[in-house]
Amino acid sequence: MTVSPAPVHSSINPRLLDASGLSKTFGIIEVLKDISLTVRAGEVHAIIGENGAGKSTLMKILAGNHQPTRGEIRIDGAPVSFSGPVDAENHGIVLVHQEILLAPDLTVAQNIYLGRELRKGLTVDDQAMRSGARQAIVDLGGYIDPDTIVSRLSIAQRQLVQIARVLLVPHRIVIFDEPTASLTPHETEALLKVIRDIRAKGVGVLYISHRLPEVKEIADRVTVLRDGRLVGSHDAAELQPADMARLMVGRDVAKLYPDRHAAEVRQAVLEVERFEVPGFALDAAFTLRKGEILGFAGLIGAGRTELMEGLVGLRPAKGKVVLNGHPVSFTDVHSSLKAGVAYLSEDRKGKGLLLTKDLRVNLTLASLGKFIRGLQIDRKREGDALDKAIKDFDIRTGTKNILAGQLSGGNQQKLLLAKMMMLDPQVVIIDEPTRGIDIGNKEQIYKFIAALAEEGRSIIVVSSEMPELIGICDRILVMRTGRIVGEVQGEHMTENEIVQLATGVNAGAAA
Amino acid sequence: MSAATTDTAKAPKTSRDWDMAAIAPFVALALLLVLGYFANPNFVSVANLTNVITRSAFIAIIALGATYVISSGGLDLSVGAMVAFVASLMILFMNTGAIGDPTLMLVAAMLVALGLGAACGLANGLITTVGKIEPFIATLGTMGIYRGLTTWLSQGGSITVRDRELQQLYRPVYFGDVFGVPIPIIVIFATAALAAFVLYRTRYGRHLIAVGSNEEVARYSGISVQKVRTIAYIVQGLCVAVAVIIYVPRLGSTSATTGILWELQAITAVVVGGTALRGGVGRIWGTVCGAFILEIVGNIMLLSNFVSEYLIGAIQGAIIIIAMLVQRSLMRK
Repeated sequence: MTVSPAPVHSSINPRLLDASGLSKTFGIIEVLKDISLTVRAGEVHAIIGENGAGKSTLMKILAGNHQPTRGEIRIDGAPVSFSGPVDAENHGIVLVHQEILLAPDLTVAQNIYLGRELRKGLTVDDQAMRSGARQAIVDLGGYIDPDTIVSRLSIAQRQLVQIARVLLVPHRIVIFDEPTASLTPHETEALLKVIRDIRAKGVGVLYISHRLPEVKEIADRVTVLRDGRLVGSHDAAELQPADMARLMVGRDVAKLYPDRHAAEVRQAVLEVERFEVPGFALDAAFTLRKGEILGFAGLIGAGRTELMEGLVGLRPAKGKVVLNGHPVSFTDVHSSLKAGVAYLSEDRKGKGLLLTKDLRVNLTLASLGKFIRGLQIDRKREGDALDKAIKDFDIRTGTKNILAGQLSGGNQQKLLLAKMMMLDPQVVIIDEPTRGIDIGNKEQIYKFIAALAEEGRSIIVVSSEMPELIGICDRILVMRTGRIVGEVQGEHMTENEIVQLATGVNAGAAA
Repeated sequence: MSAATTDTAKAPKTSRDWDMAAIAPFVALALLLVLGYFANPNFVSVANLTNVITRSAFIAIIALGATYVISSGGLDLSVGAMVAFVASLMILFMNTGAIGDPTLMLVAAMLVALGLGAACGLANGLITTVGKIEPFIATLGTMGIYRGLTTWLSQGGSITVRDRELQQLYRPVYFGDVFGVPIPIIVIFATAALAAFVLYRTRYGRHLIAVGSNEEVARYSGISVQKVRTIAYIVQGLCVAVAVIIYVPRLGSTSATTGILWELQAITAVVVGGTALRGGVGRIWGTVCGAFILEIVGNIMLLSNFVSEYLIGAIQGAIIIIAMLVQRSLMRK
């Protein structure tokens, strides 16, 4: 037994975990460099940083999913080395994953006890697990019938189940990896209460997020990461959200967005009326003008993606769509692309690019017709097109002969943009253009979007990042539960107005 | 990041692992030839090898079609039964004597076989794509249908080409040769060359690989996934028909048990050849190589006294498992 170092001041909570000099290298890429931090009992320690700053890697090291390349972790002052997540759990460190990792066809109780079922003789003790599960959720301040099948639960309820499952393990440190990413403000508030309760029991909490107001609200300490390095650890009381943003980005955030001329009112390119995507979007109506960047804001699940997919023929839909004065109805992407309407999926890896194929194949996939000579594909012209795309869209890659899956998220997005621009579309719909992309690439993608509009193309940007919409759009439509509930423009384009519309609080309805 | 490979071979080289997966079946074939020589020096005689390759023709040609289906992310279990079904109908058509001139009759019968093969493939394709039934189940169903119809047509026995003159005219398609090269071998390489051209050089081939690689990406890129898949099944049906066309003259007859377990051999040839069973990668020449390997293993067992030839099935079963293990270890970084 090692004696833990006694706290210098009684007002300081005991140290549970000390990490010092943690570094992590994947291949030749150093994703974390020399990170040190301390987790204390009864304290919420927030880790903030841009996408790609290394937050998730750091958490995975602390939870035993990764081994650090260098550096040391001490628990109660004694050095430890985790062989895996189970080993970390044995030391009392548990991780609540960002994604919901539950078996959708099992019940709440079955999920909570999955892999550690209670037994009575040879059979599982359903009775005990049911009451244990009910109690675990009540402890979190919620109520869900333990016999409910998980696929019937809302996202927030599933998250509660996931947290209950994790907290069933005896724990001293709980890590939350961006737990509020898909929650409504109301649900977020409930979750923050759960976290405060956990803290009150003397548990150390690591809280990862890039939602700064929320961090300000919950955290006692804030550690900022940037590009895999430690920027600093501060008392949360010392920092305002704006300070946190500056520390995260490391420069003036305002310059992120390109300057845009106020768009003059030009002719309508796309007019949508009474458009319905059954189950997702109802009675949608909007007009997109030439050279305009139109934003679509809303909470996750508001039906924005589904509306766009319906428009380009990826989902069954009905309603009136007029393109350049002619009524159109797309039943598949082939027809919408041919008409000059391109949709870039939010799911770059799953729906945008063939990750196991090279850049050339990906670039020309949607426009192969342009590269046919006789019966064959003209590979030389494909190669030339790739050279041009790499130059025009600044796709950074050491060699052209790598697989699309080996590119960074930002370069993948540039490749996807290049792929769709091969078709020279007049209307470009971009869903979550910068999700999972580092700040430098973000800035470039905004410039590309602005340039496309400048060329006279009409752009729709669907995004959950409000600053991004406000920064690049001429107008923003807000969706809530399948309907377009409002439009903001000019000085009304503020996060506050958008949130009010997106959650419906201004209409008096509960979110 | 992987280091850039500087070779300029025609296939796009992305990393060394992929090269290994492509080369592995040819290395295995070369090793088998050496092994065969030590087992029995007669093995490497030209006569024996042409004989072995000729006998691999049916599986090789069917497996070329299977390469298309599997690359597209599908599976066709019905090919063995389809051989029997198409062969039966082809012979029954020849036996109608509807066309007097034997040459014309033969050409017509071949066209009938191709048409039937395409139709059977189309049926498989539509059931899996429009009917949205798992390929495994859909083609398990059509396997039963094609086999059952054959048994019914032949009343459990065999169906034989009755016209002597027609049979004599047809015989060279299997037994004949051009400049010493048996016709079935020429058919293998001609079919493979055509299959390779379409898969590697044309828009359809690119679309097929895209669909097998990630159906959603293909759909979001404006590719009709159903059409691409259905055509792959039709290609499979046409390959079955080509195999039937060279199979029928061998015995001049077919029976209810013709082609049993050929689907497994075809799938084995494809997988041994380096095509991924999950789709997205198609290796035409690897498949041909895989079919040769299967036949050669059997031949070596016959010529040597180490292993009983009754174990051929077991050895082929082991080969598919070993091939999968090798494939996976080569794919993994």
